[in-house]
Amino acid sequence: MKNVLFLAALFLTSTAFVFIPSDDDQRGKSVPSVKITDLNNKPINTAELGNEGKPVIISFWATWCSPCKRELNAIHELYDEWQEETGVKLIAVSIDDERTKSRVKPYINSSGWEFDIWMDTNHDFKRAMGVNNVPHTFLIDGDGKIVYSHNNYAPGDEHKLYKEILKLKK
Amino acid sequence: MKHMILRYSILGLSALCAFIGVAQNGGSVSGNIESQYQYLLNDSVIAAVQPQEKSLVNTYALINYTNKGFKAGTRLELYAPRILGYPDRFDGVGIGYRYVGYENDMLSVTVGNFYEQFGSGLIFRAYEDRNLGLDNAMDGLSLRIRPFKGIAIKAVYGKQRFSFEGGRVINAPGIIRGFDVELGLNDWFPKLEEKELSIRAGFSMVSKFQAANHPDYVLPQNVGSYGGRIDVTYKKFYANAEYIIKEADPSLDNQYIFNYGKGLIINAGYSKKGFGVLLSAKHIDNMSFRSDREMVLNDGMVNFIPPLTKTHTYNLVAQLYPYVSQPLGEVAYQADVMYNIKKGTKLGGKYGTTISANFSTAFGSGQFATDANPLSRVTYRTDLFSTNGNLYWRDINVEVKRKLNAKWSINASYFNLVLNNDVIKVAEAPGIIKAHIGVVELLYKINDSHSIRAEFQALWTEEQRDRGHWYTALIEYTISPDWYFTAVFQHNYGNPLENRRNLYPLIAAGKIWGATRLEARFGRVNAGMFCVGGVCRPVPASSGLTVVFSHSF
Repeated sequence: MKNVLFLAALFLTSTAFVFIPSDDDQRGKSVPSVKITDLNNKPINTAELGNEGKPVIISFWATWCSPCKRELNAIHELYDEWQEETGVKLIAVSIDDERTKSRVKPYINSSGWEFDIWMDTNHDFKRAMGVNNVPHTFLIDGDGKIVYSHNNYAPGDEHKLYKEILKLKK
Repeated sequence: MKHMILRYSILGLSALCAFIGVAQNGGSVSGNIESQYQYLLNDSVIAAVQPQEKSLVNTYALINYTNKGFKAGTRLELYAPRILGYPDRFDGVGIGYRYVGYENDMLSVTVGNFYEQFGSGLIFRAYEDRNLGLDNAMDGLSLRIRPFKGIAIKAVYGKQRFSFEGGRVINAPGIIRGFDVELGLNDWFPKLEEKELSIRAGFSMVSKFQAANHPDYVLPQNVGSYGGRIDVTYKKFYANAEYIIKEADPSLDNQYIFNYGKGLIINAGYSKKGFGVLLSAKHIDNMSFRSDREMVLNDGMVNFIPPLTKTHTYNLVAQLYPYVSQPLGEVAYQADVMYNIKKGTKLGGKYGTTISANFSTAFGSGQFATDANPLSRVTYRTDLFSTNGNLYWRDINVEVKRKLNAKWSINASYFNLVLNNDVIKVAEAPGIIKAHIGVVELLYKINDSHSIRAEFQALWTEEQRDRGHWYTALIEYTISPDWYFTAVFQHNYGNPLENRRNLYPLIAAGKIWGATRLEARFGRVNAGMFCVGGVCRPVPASSGLTVVFSHSF
């Protein structure tokens, strides 16, 4: 048993040394290419963000995740303004699986969201992006590189995100 | 066993270093770490027991490497020992998942572990749900091919993960083989697009092999399963359906009957801006499909039965009386309506109001006498959507959400649950339990970064059945973008047994650095069911400290 504990400690410390908490680790990386689908089951390649060199927000969410919906509804209210000012596009990646996937369409339509919606039913894109839990939001610059990422949502986080988008405008 | 652990941890760590080394020569690395640590106390009031080891930890480190078309990855897992409520066959440290593969626009090959599903999963689904301690990853070969536009083929071959003992993955004995073809008709008939019509269709087949040596019956060693699905969207309407047949699959679960299994799921909906409606129906009969015919509970499942119930998030609604899918037989219906009252109207208010209503119910599947030869062990016959009249579940709920002004938002909900505990077996009392739950949630934004959220939940059971009445009060203070503090008081004030009217206080604080999160919780946690997707894990009562660390890179 002692050996197991020792190894556990070794494992934890070694991983901790390699991954000292910092929000920089994801910065500068490209979005991996994973084949998923859009809301109408059409194939999507996640590396093709297509916003003509303008920034893209990728937000992982699910219909059963209250903070995710709070975040996306907060951005929804500001989205027209954000798009006008910066040309930013938001892709809401639903990780709803078979249990709740059919609720995605009625939910986004009734909420009036004008975001692009991707379906990551098998969580392939979630794993490739290193997402542990939702909500998790990424900001991608015009060259397709991650410039900011944030886990969780607290009211007001959208303002911080917008500041990061404005930084890209220069 | 210790040598094994040592070997695997060294292997894992060196793999980790190798990955990081390789990363510096091009390619890209991504992944995450998640660690949960518990220090538990004895708390006789709520029957929480301190484990011998006192402290428990689960850790997962996932690393993916991609370079042009090449991909590889691994996940190290550590249970030293496993946290409370996890299956007791999880222990040690080692590699829980690893794969290499190649991918281009036409094809994707993976050797090693992979997750995959066909259609709705009713025939095949390999997935991980860490919170449930559930991971039935395939170990073998996966192919995904798009030979022409509008056609996608998937093929899988291998065994499924069952357990993790002494730092090693143990696979279930069955060999799973399957393929799936999906056709996108719009790619062939572009005219459909003009008519705002989209049609997709699919066909899947899965077969399982397990050697058989039963003393009483000659069991089939190969069990086939097949079916098709269709998905149609026309303007704002959409509908999809899947039907799966499973050949005779005698198992411990179905008491070694030779009936064929059948599963049908139908969804139909309509949605436009401000309004959405969804109707669903399903009939499941004898669809428990496992890698090992002797397994029970959540073990070795080849397929997944999607439950037709709303996933609730408030703790009194989600934990005490959840629905669990019944693979042996259920007939279920669901209706879901969402409506957004326009902003600026008298009813809608300045910011608009959202109303959602949901109804779901489930019954036992009908079983009728059959004239089949009793020696065939085909013991009954069933008709499509026929029930045995035995109510398993009913849920009627309504939620109203309104933003009052720039500072205040309010949500009010009501839930009416009826649960047949003789079948679902998630509570203590036998028979039908009827519960009413009311929730009010308030959000107050102090300024651009500080806000307070509060929840008040109350649950009553009719005739004070089971554990009786409850309330939960929750208050959460958040400072955007990096801090949160929560206090929860849950009280079983109306337990029929006076000495069990317990209070469950819990405090939590968390800090976020971008993609890194550290959270600490201290207090009592009520015994109950932890459920995701109709699959549940019982969690015993506990008292103590929990620390969760997660990081993405």
